[in-house]
Amino acid sequence: MEDLLFEIQLAMPQVVLGVINGAFYALLSLGLAVIFGMLNVINFAHGAQFTLGAFVAWMLLSWLGVGYWPALILAPLIVGAIGVAMERTMIARLYRIDHLYGLLLTFGCALVIEGLLRNSFGSSGQRYAPPREFAALDLELGDFFLPGYRVWVLIAASTVCLATWLIIEKTKVGSYLRAATERPQLVQAFGINVPLMMTLTYGAGVALAAFAGVLAAPIYSVSPAMGANFIITVFAVVVIGGMGSIAGSIVTGFMLGLIQGITEVFWPEASQTVVFVIMAVVLLTRPAGLFGRA
Amino acid sequence: MADATAMLQVRDLEAWYGESHVLHGMNIDIRQGEVVTLLGRNGAGKTSTLRAIMGLTGRRTGSIKFEGREMLTLRPDLIARAGIAYCPEERGIFASLDVTENLMLPPVIAPGGLSLEEIYTLFPNLKERARSQGTKLSGGEQQMLAIARILRTGARLLLLDEPSEGLAPVIVQQIGAMIRNIKQRGFTVLLVEQNFRFAQTVADRHYVVEHGRVVDEVANHELTASLDRLHEYLGV
Repeated sequence: MEDLLFEIQLAMPQVVLGVINGAFYALLSLGLAVIFGMLNVINFAHGAQFTLGAFVAWMLLSWLGVGYWPALILAPLIVGAIGVAMERTMIARLYRIDHLYGLLLTFGCALVIEGLLRNSFGSSGQRYAPPREFAALDLELGDFFLPGYRVWVLIAASTVCLATWLIIEKTKVGSYLRAATERPQLVQAFGINVPLMMTLTYGAGVALAAFAGVLAAPIYSVSPAMGANFIITVFAVVVIGGMGSIAGSIVTGFMLGLIQGITEVFWPEASQTVVFVIMAVVLLTRPAGLFGRA
Repeated sequence: MADATAMLQVRDLEAWYGESHVLHGMNIDIRQGEVVTLLGRNGAGKTSTLRAIMGLTGRRTGSIKFEGREMLTLRPDLIARAGIAYCPEERGIFASLDVTENLMLPPVIAPGGLSLEEIYTLFPNLKERARSQGTKLSGGEQQMLAIARILRTGARLLLLDEPSEGLAPVIVQQIGAMIRNIKQRGFTVLLVEQNFRFAQTVADRHYVVEHGRVVDEVANHELTASLDRLHEYLGV
């Protein structure tokens, strides 16, 4: 019995770490799901836009002295605006042709954004110190210590995921979005400006990625590659949850973070692979994903 | 019949889906308050005519004047806001929306539409099943919902694509009663039909469509006398 208790204590940090990673998976896959549902574009630039969010927060702090809290609002707005410009000037031209072109274009954009950041800031990574007030949230349970900032990340990510879900499922604007995901032409024939909705949806999805980037800045070093590390796993999350499913992407994000954390305890070598094994199994048994409509 | 006072005036309308040329010079006039049908076989271009008026086909040429304004160059959402509402053949009920959300989806574009209360009086089922998923309704209820939601918006011209299709005779009668009801309320209707016996019970005039153009026009009171002609056109 004592052995088990000891094991659980040992496992706790990894499991919590896993759930925190899961929070980032959820935020990122949520944005991807919203964008895919509405625009039918697989946004490969999502990781780079996450990175851009972290860098904008860093630039606001080190160049303009703008602190964490304003950055948490400003960086998503700035990166979201960049997203709007990308959609208007480039992505909007691809809606009538094959998915593959959207994927190629956004992948190219990701390379350009990462390249520009690497050129300007190098690849070693910048430090972004979390604001001191988070010490008040520090959690200590026996030997287990959880820094207050990570508690905040969990709260903020869950709140934003829940709010996004509520907006999509329970509001008038959300009903436009759901309807336009099913039949964009008919929704436009009802008098709704669907092209504008698509632009704003892309901007909002990108802003979600940037928000995750700002949240991540104090935890991970702010480097051009930080998004690329996440995004591969996030695509696996999206496939497992079901392309375009909102609730599915949130639940799957947290769940896979947790599974990764647990795997880290019992079989550390497999922790990076386990997500892809699950993806393969899901693809073989439920090709539309756990929450997807076939 | 050329008519300068027509509410909707379609002249030499041609339309394409990609490479495929679907309308070859449609000419239609509809006056305020009329119910007019497009009769014709499958593939004659009836649905394409409605879609072209709504701006939902590919390239279009010719002219579509609604209350004197040219619609040909407008985006579909602006055509809708000018006062034309469209109810598609497959009804277009959204699976991810409940009945109320489906009903409230089209924005109100002008005063003069039916209030929610009036709609529930006309279609009591929609109130009873307000929280059901839209596509869980029966075919008849879905058709009622599809029409009800465009009566709310204040649009003055309704384009209805085969509202009787695939429905039981008793439901078709209800739909007919409803179209007569909305005509009395001053709505103007362009109706696509294959079933001319149904069309006869609701319409003022009929256009016969073949190969993407109007080939004949029959007033409703002449319809019975013109049955042979119609049988030939429609192949029934």
